[in-house]
Amino acid sequence: MEIVFAIAVGVTFGSGIWLILRPRTFQLITGLLLMSYAVNLFIFGMGRLWVDRPPITPHAAVDPAQFADPLPQGLVLTAIVIGFATTALYLVMMIGARGLTGSDHVDGEEPRE
Amino acid sequence: MLLASLILVPFAGSVLAALMPENARNREAWLAFAVAAGGLLVTGLLYPAVAAGTVLREELAWLPSHGLNLVLRVDGLAWVFTLLILLIGLLVVLYARYYMSPKDPVPRFFSFLLAFMGSMLGVVLSGNLVQLVVFWELTSLTSFLLIGYWHHRSDARRGARMAFTVTATGGLCLLAGVLVLGHIVGSYDLDTALAAGPLIRSHELYRVALVLVALGALTKSAQFPFHFWLPHAMAAPTPVSSYLHSATMVKAGVFLLVRLWPALAGTAEWNWIIGGAGVCTLLIGAFIAIFQHDLKGLLAYSTISHLGLITVLIGIGTPLAIVAAIFHILNHATFKASLFMTAGIIDHETGTRDLRVLRGLRRQLPVTAALAIVSSAAMAGVPLLNGFLSKEMFFAETALVGGDENWWMSVAAVAMGMFSVAYSLRFISIFFGTPTSDFPRDPHEPPRWMRFPVELLVVLCLIVGIVPGVSIGPFLQLAVTATLGPNTPAYDLTPWHGVNLPLLLSTIAFSGGVMLYVVLRRYFNLRQREQVPVIHRFSGAQAYETSMMVLTRSAQWLLQRIGTTRLQPQLLMMMLAMLIVPPLLVGMPVAWTEIPLHEPDPLFAALWAIGCACAVAGAWMAKYHRLAALILIGGTGIVTAATFLWLSAPDLALTQLMVETVTTVLILLGLRWLPPRIEPKILQLTIPRRVWMRRSRDMLIAVAGGLGMALLTYAVLVHPPPETIADFFLLRALSEGGGSNVVNVLLVDFRSFDTLGEVTVLSIVALTVYALLRRFRPAADSAEIPAQQKNAADPASRQTTAEQADSGYLQVPGIYLRMLLPFIGVIAVYFFMRGHNLPGGGFVAGLIFAVAILVQYMLAGTVWVESHLQLRPHRWLGAGLLIALATGLGAWAFGHPFLTTHTAHVDWPLLGELHLPSAFVFDLGVFAVVVGTTMLMLVALAHQSLRARRLPGDGGPDDAGVGQGREV
Repeated sequence: MEIVFAIAVGVTFGSGIWLILRPRTFQLITGLLLMSYAVNLFIFGMGRLWVDRPPITPHAAVDPAQFADPLPQGLVLTAIVIGFATTALYLVMMIGARGLTGSDHVDGEEPRE
Repeated sequence: MLLASLILVPFAGSVLAALMPENARNREAWLAFAVAAGGLLVTGLLYPAVAAGTVLREELAWLPSHGLNLVLRVDGLAWVFTLLILLIGLLVVLYARYYMSPKDPVPRFFSFLLAFMGSMLGVVLSGNLVQLVVFWELTSLTSFLLIGYWHHRSDARRGARMAFTVTATGGLCLLAGVLVLGHIVGSYDLDTALAAGPLIRSHELYRVALVLVALGALTKSAQFPFHFWLPHAMAAPTPVSSYLHSATMVKAGVFLLVRLWPALAGTAEWNWIIGGAGVCTLLIGAFIAIFQHDLKGLLAYSTISHLGLITVLIGIGTPLAIVAAIFHILNHATFKASLFMTAGIIDHETGTRDLRVLRGLRRQLPVTAALAIVSSAAMAGVPLLNGFLSKEMFFAETALVGGDENWWMSVAAVAMGMFSVAYSLRFISIFFGTPTSDFPRDPHEPPRWMRFPVELLVVLCLIVGIVPGVSIGPFLQLAVTATLGPNTPAYDLTPWHGVNLPLLLSTIAFSGGVMLYVVLRRYFNLRQREQVPVIHRFSGAQAYETSMMVLTRSAQWLLQRIGTTRLQPQLLMMMLAMLIVPPLLVGMPVAWTEIPLHEPDPLFAALWAIGCACAVAGAWMAKYHRLAALILIGGTGIVTAATFLWLSAPDLALTQLMVETVTTVLILLGLRWLPPRIEPKILQLTIPRRVWMRRSRDMLIAVAGGLGMALLTYAVLVHPPPETIADFFLLRALSEGGGSNVVNVLLVDFRSFDTLGEVTVLSIVALTVYALLRRFRPAADSAEIPAQQKNAADPASRQTTAEQADSGYLQVPGIYLRMLLPFIGVIAVYFFMRGHNLPGGGFVAGLIFAVAILVQYMLAGTVWVESHLQLRPHRWLGAGLLIALATGLGAWAFGHPFLTTHTAHVDWPLLGELHLPSAFVFDLGVFAVVVGTTMLMLVALAHQSLRARRLPGDGGPDDAGVGQGREV
């Protein structure tokens, strides 16, 4: 399980790095999406992996060791929503820059080759 | 509060003056006058206590954990300086009322002047070293603003910049200096530091502290080699020169040296650094002053030289020298302020300050001439005037310091005395000679109240000069006792001490000065000479300009070499740093104990085989096949959501799924505006080798980064988890938060302040998106209707989107999706209601609801949806934020901290007992904000196509038709 999870994070993150180094705005936005998956998974992994142990307590007197760590989950939930907001903002920048400069290059002008 | 009012009232007055109308010259002057007069009254009230020798203190906690309190403190020295600042301030305000032209923006002038007064009072009243530096820098800032008051003149701008650069840099040195002092003493309190003199002087960091503090003081007081800024500061209006650059601000440097005398003085280093700078300044300043052609320039150099005199006295550092230094500070302020005002009057009346033009003014300005001659005589040190007394003391000290064999100090003093007599004669020469009417303006005596400050100051010069013991004696004694304490020497303040060495030196200086002037005048063409002989090559201002230019040039060079405005190299650097820096910082991982791992589940592995394939393929396709890439990356997102579900995080899975949906739709809406991109294979282009190289390099970094991330993740996962605060939340979620879904309770209760911040960010982003898109103009080549929608054979291309959904090819999905709207609404409510106990909550419910609206847009288009639904996303946003905030504030009403949750138990008919925590209401606010945000962004994006559609087919981006569509 752990090894699969680690490989998943690595592949997603690596694809993200490749994409954010590309010259087109759309590539950048997809790269950021992939990176945010990887980073969210990574933060989530800080609470270690638990199968079938959601942090939902049926009654007040429970053994905390029997539940997944709720803290990274709460943090990642926040991160997902904020990630959504930044993606939207970046999307608008992308559209705006394209309209303003006529180019979809990240620098707003075609490279001088 | 009495002390605090001394500083606060000028600042309050400054704000008030700034708000007054442009032409209210009298009201502003009255305001400034009242501030200064009120300050003088307070100062007067303090006199009995200060005269009794008590040190008044007022303290205000600021950063008590760092030993920093706002301390205001008045002893004799501070009191005398307060008096000086306020008294001269009062006279300057009166003078400025008549000096400033009605055309000048007077509110700004009085505002800055009052702010300066407050800062200067702050410097002298500070009882904390750091606080003192803060006010010190404030005086630099206000001085900058005042010098640059006539900012349409380039010399004013240049002078202001130069003064600010030099004095503010000195201020930074001073800050470092007091930090070192604070480190040595262990406290920033002034009293503690003053009492710790022996400790400071024997400390190994003493020299560092001394040099830094000296740099601060010497730059402020325009001492060699930093003296060059003062003459350039003369571009300021004359009241400013008179107040800041002769009487008060430049005195801050020498004030500080006197203030810290008990802590720092008494070593050879002190004598050499302070005294050395003083001697150079005194000679250079006095010498250059003789050759100035500008009235104010002459006075500026003379000020430099007199400040040098004071610095020398402080540098000598004996108790008697300190007495002389304080005495001369007061005397110099009196006669120099009056001289500057005289120069202003002459400038005002004749329209010129050029010494080559001015002459014979005694006929037109008889009273002003008389006043100016008296104060010049005081400056030259003529007997029966105040300048004479302190200069005698200075001669006595210089004679003492060298003993019987070493006379160089006395020689320097006498030379300076000669020079000052010469430039004083040069100054008064404007009143003599053949009268002429060859001035830009016809001179008359100034208005009565404009001359009054000068008259008062000249009378003060006379009184102090004739009966010093009764007039200034008590005040001087106050300041001296406060500084020297038990070391206070006996001194005699009478004009006549009998024939002694100082009198002899005075006589030599006086007759030598007259002779020097006559010789220069007769044989060296003094009146027309362009350059200062010998030392004109050593120009501090030139050195300053050169070094500023070198700095700017090298910054440009550096920016060109290592800076870039291109994004890709920046990201590349970031990625490289991310790869390289952490291993360097952490080093090799420590040995760890492994925890029992989970058996790999083949289904989970298969899931991620798909997820990874999607990610890699998406990365591969993103350039030429955007839609495919977006779908593939969405696949990775779904797999991520599934992973959350698998690994015991149902809330995350739900949120991820909904965010994924909304994000994909938003990006789909944006794809339309990107330019078409065709593969080079189809265009039969060859890809250059350089591009391949770059791609290989990026691939290498990507692989390395992915590998590193995978290793790091694995390393963490096999580590036993550290002690966390998870147990706290797990145990208290139900008992205290009233919900069994710990993640939701965490978000809306334990960490609800974070969530409040988060929804605020969401709202800000939504509004930013909206604002940015209002100005959006599509690129010319994507403004047209896409080719796919223009196919003449397709009947859909003749229909509107709404018609397509009503009767066209989308009729069947149309019926389904419209029926789905209420169902999705119910599901959203369901997820919202159960959120506190089971997976769900405001975030998820809000996103679900937004998706319900979103599919309607996708189906029938913007026009149809908006004619059937009143969405008003702004109101959702506002209402949501208000609800969340009101819930938080509600806790205050019951005396609990912000955002404390309370649970109410309500018996409902049919439903039975229901507990309603206030967090539920908070979650409602979150729900509303999420709905509002998503809809606002969606609507803003969707409206773009409406606008573009209105373009004439060949319209460019600047076409007038763009943006005329209904705003969102």
